[in-house]
Amino acid sequence: MTKRTTVTLLLLPTLLVLFLLFFGGLVMGLMQSLGFMPMIGLNDFNVDAYRSLFGDQEFLSSLGLTMWISVSSTLLTVVFSIITALAFRRTFPGKRLMNFLYQFPITIPHIVITIGTMLLFTQSGLISRVAFQLGIISDQSKFPVLVFDNLGLGIIYVYLWKQIPFVGVIVLSILQSLGNDFEELARSLGASKWQAFRHVLLPTIIPGILPASIICFSFTFGSYEVPFLLGKPYPTVISVLAMRLYQDVDLNARPQAMATAVFMAVFISILVVFYKKLLNKVSGRA
Amino acid sequence: MELEENKANPIHWIMYLGILVAVISPLIPQFVWPFAKSWFFPDVLPSVWGVRAWEYIGNPNNQVLEAVFNSLIIAVIVTVISILLGVPAGRALGMYRFRGKGLIELLILAPSIIPSLAVTMGIHVIFIRLGLADTMFGVILVHLIPTIPYMTISMSGVFANYDPDFEEQAKSLGASTFKTFFLITLPAVFPGIVTGAMFAFLISWEQYLLTVLIGGGRVLTLPLLLFSFASSRDNTLTSALSIIFLLPAILILFFTSKFLSGKSSGMGGFGNI
Repeated sequence: MTKRTTVTLLLLPTLLVLFLLFFGGLVMGLMQSLGFMPMIGLNDFNVDAYRSLFGDQEFLSSLGLTMWISVSSTLLTVVFSIITALAFRRTFPGKRLMNFLYQFPITIPHIVITIGTMLLFTQSGLISRVAFQLGIISDQSKFPVLVFDNLGLGIIYVYLWKQIPFVGVIVLSILQSLGNDFEELARSLGASKWQAFRHVLLPTIIPGILPASIICFSFTFGSYEVPFLLGKPYPTVISVLAMRLYQDVDLNARPQAMATAVFMAVFISILVVFYKKLLNKVSGRA
Repeated sequence: MELEENKANPIHWIMYLGILVAVISPLIPQFVWPFAKSWFFPDVLPSVWGVRAWEYIGNPNNQVLEAVFNSLIIAVIVTVISILLGVPAGRALGMYRFRGKGLIELLILAPSIIPSLAVTMGIHVIFIRLGLADTMFGVILVHLIPTIPYMTISMSGVFANYDPDFEEQAKSLGASTFKTFFLITLPAVFPGIVTGAMFAFLISWEQYLLTVLIGGGRVLTLPLLLFSFASSRDNTLTSALSIIFLLPAILILFFTSKFLSGKSSGMGGFGNI
């Protein structure tokens, strides 16, 4: 067997399945968003769905909220994963156990921690109860609104809980393979602690966690379960809006649901390309 | 010049404590609620304890056991298919250089970037026409969209660190292709396959959106049940189901924590994003 045949045979099944399911789905979504749905008697291509989408105030505020949640949780994930991973370089008693706990969230399903967040942070949640018992608040309505709030704080908490360890483990392995030599060299040449971090460690860490941070960003951008359970009905995130339009009994909302979905796919692809360029530039300058 | 002592100072200890509290605290109420009969504000512990949730779960009329069974069947079949397709594809990407490789990697990475919601909404029409909507087979097919790329990418990381010389040596000593695969290749990449497979299982196990879109509520899985209880705010039942839902994740964590702590092979293949 030539190399070419071998490679083709190895890849063919995967590519075939992905092509049919994934790209088939994208193309079908695009066609339906353009109003082509023979099943319900719509045979013309038009851009009405997109036009009404961009004129819709709810869509625009959903996009704003989605961007706020994805950008802030990705940024905070990156910052906290680096800080916590650096803290883990120290030796301390109970390190093995802490290490296990640190990685613990990686395998825990999102829905589980979403429910946990609900039970902990609502106004009748456990923290509110403890605050009442300690005399910090006089009534449950005095407890700050941390879930079902305007800023999506509960949603961001869930993403951070899941993603900090996911990215942190990668930072840890980067730090491990880097060792202490470069940092020590920088310090011996007179660099401050901060300078050694800024100019030696950070430029190595950032490109290393770039792929993981892109995965985090894309996931938060498209995720449905967490914002559905922990968010307000209005404004909601873009995926919940798309599902609501999709499940509308009025089939005329279908093209608009599809346009929302196609918009998400195109928008995230453009963002990822842009984000990658930006971060490459930043880490190149560092 | 020596770096300062590599021991944790008080600031580090505050950080460790913070991690401990932040990781564990959201899980605490979840382990108390399943045993609460009545637990109202401002009680920190239930005023009356009970096992209503566990009786509900154990009762075969209540679909919980059916949902667990469906979730298991779907996740196992999805995992097996992902292994069968993802291991060869990962070998091709990890061990060979060929024209168009960058493009193929991009195609395989695309499903981890583009929301599966968009893809699944689009494909639903076709599934309805083919009679795959509302069936378990249809649900298995859409679960492959996130799991096959995951398996392929993590296996390409495994194969990138694999030395093919051993295969050549076995063959030159007269071993058949079949024998070489089972005696040389498989043992070398087996830990990687197990880790990848466990995560593929989890991806399918926790899938809500794809199941509800294609299964239309007819294919009842554990996440669907959990989601509807969570929406109805029955904390007792929701928490009990949530613990059952958590079990495979905990088991898998114990198996994989040693693989994760070192170089994360699972993420190796994402380097080309």
